[in-house]
Amino acid sequence: MSYLLARPDRVWTLTLEHVQLSAVAVVVAILIGVPLGILVTRTRWLEGPVINTAGVLYTVPSLALFAMLIPFTGLGARPAIVALILYSLLAIIRNTVAGIDAVDPRLLDAARGMGMTGRQRLMLVELPLGLPVILAGVRVATVSAIGIATVAAYVGAGGLGVLIFDGIRTIDGDRIVAGAIPISILALLSDWSLARLGGAARRDVAPSAGGA
Amino acid sequence: MIRLEGVSKRFGGAQGAPAVDDVSLVVGAGELCVLIGPSGSGKTTTMRMINRLEVPTGGRILVDGKDVMTLDSVALRRQIGYVIQQVGLFPHMTIEENVAIVPRLLGWPAERRRRRAEELLELVGLAPDQFRRRYPRQLSGGQQQRVGVARALAADPPIVLMDEPFGAVDPITRKGLQRELRRIQEEVRKTIVFVTHDIGEAFLLGNRIVLMRDGRIVQDAAPAELLRRPADPFVTDFIGEDRGLRALEYTTLAELATPAPAGSTGPFGAVLPADLSIVEGLRRLAAEGRAVADARGFWVGDDRGGPSAQVTYQDLVATLGEALAPEGAIERS
Repeated sequence: MSYLLARPDRVWTLTLEHVQLSAVAVVVAILIGVPLGILVTRTRWLEGPVINTAGVLYTVPSLALFAMLIPFTGLGARPAIVALILYSLLAIIRNTVAGIDAVDPRLLDAARGMGMTGRQRLMLVELPLGLPVILAGVRVATVSAIGIATVAAYVGAGGLGVLIFDGIRTIDGDRIVAGAIPISILALLSDWSLARLGGAARRDVAPSAGGA
Repeated sequence: MIRLEGVSKRFGGAQGAPAVDDVSLVVGAGELCVLIGPSGSGKTTTMRMINRLEVPTGGRILVDGKDVMTLDSVALRRQIGYVIQQVGLFPHMTIEENVAIVPRLLGWPAERRRRRAEELLELVGLAPDQFRRRYPRQLSGGQQQRVGVARALAADPPIVLMDEPFGAVDPITRKGLQRELRRIQEEVRKTIVFVTHDIGEAFLLGNRIVLMRDGRIVQDAAPAELLRRPADPFVTDFIGEDRGLRALEYTTLAELATPAPAGSTGPFGAVLPADLSIVEGLRRLAAEGRAVADARGFWVGDDRGGPSAQVTYQDLVATLGEALAPEGAIERS
């Protein structure tokens, strides 16, 4: 703990970098993944290719992916963010599809029968009702992005991984701990807050009571 | 007005039996037309083609003289109310938001939507202040059904389609909802197409009953007509054993009455309204006895005053006998 106590400023800076890397990646992954997921529910034959591609990307070891991206993106935060986006896509796309698929078809029939356009059905019915499941995907993506962002220090992206790699190189357990603890806290904190957000969304869309 | 001309629907290509087969039907303005039949008879599909939730594979459907296939489907649906099985209320919207959804789609200002929702909740017997902000899951099944009806009426559509709207509630609640719908219909006079498989419901609600089987119309008639002159044994079967008793509830005294014979001495005391059913008439007769009846029969009148016709005991007994005779003993025309 001594490093953490001796250099709180440095740990703080690296923590912010770490948050920034993960957050930017997850936000961009949402902006790409949710529309892709919606597209898949509209164009069913895309489901196989899209989910499989995202699945294959997800299985590439992170270090290898970072290294493979360097020729295209150079060193630094860029390959890290690109890689984190690619990793996050699977959970987000898959959960967007699952969330929309889980909407009661009778509600969609009612929506259509009342004269909603496809877009209105999406915005007023499918997305609000699918939101808890979509948020669960974001949660998984966020927690794993925070973990994987550690490795990004290897390609010069900064973040708390810097402390861990330094610690390994200099055989300094203190530094490793000073990097690992904030990472765990970040992961737990984001998991907890996204779970709360998902809970709030779920309360809103709990299935209606049946019977009389 | 809704007019179906030789409408057919085949699902999945040309082979296989059609779901709806050459159905022609006219539903007049203000009429409540019940489509009834066993599962797979094509009643729901027939209804769903009216607002283009299904596309006919043959024939055409006219709504107020316009072929629905030439209209914009979204605009068409916004002027046709729609109530589905199991309500289909949106669980993430409040009762008020649910009711006002079509007005919202139509771009009504918020204040007007709020007032309209209030009006409709009153109409279906739910206190607006109590229910407006609740969510569907906080309501009983019967209350949800009422909201479903209110939602269908929100934009004041001339036509309402109802697909087994009361199928999912318990029998007692259902009875209440049916009576409520009758009262509402008297107030709003919509052109309603109502799908059900409950024959009692059909008789309670319909001005017209269209009985379907295997995608075709077996009989299309007023309730009394269906009871007294079933087109074939399937109709008799479907109506069930208490057909005779039902017939008495749906036959009016006017249909039984004959003009008074020349030189008749005229009515004694009161007359019975001619639009009473036979069952109601018998009840009144039992209660009022000699005040309305004499040795030959009793007199019925219309609301324009004056007795117009007489129902003889002979005719009455003949009708009762016919209605209560065992199945098969009845002549089918």
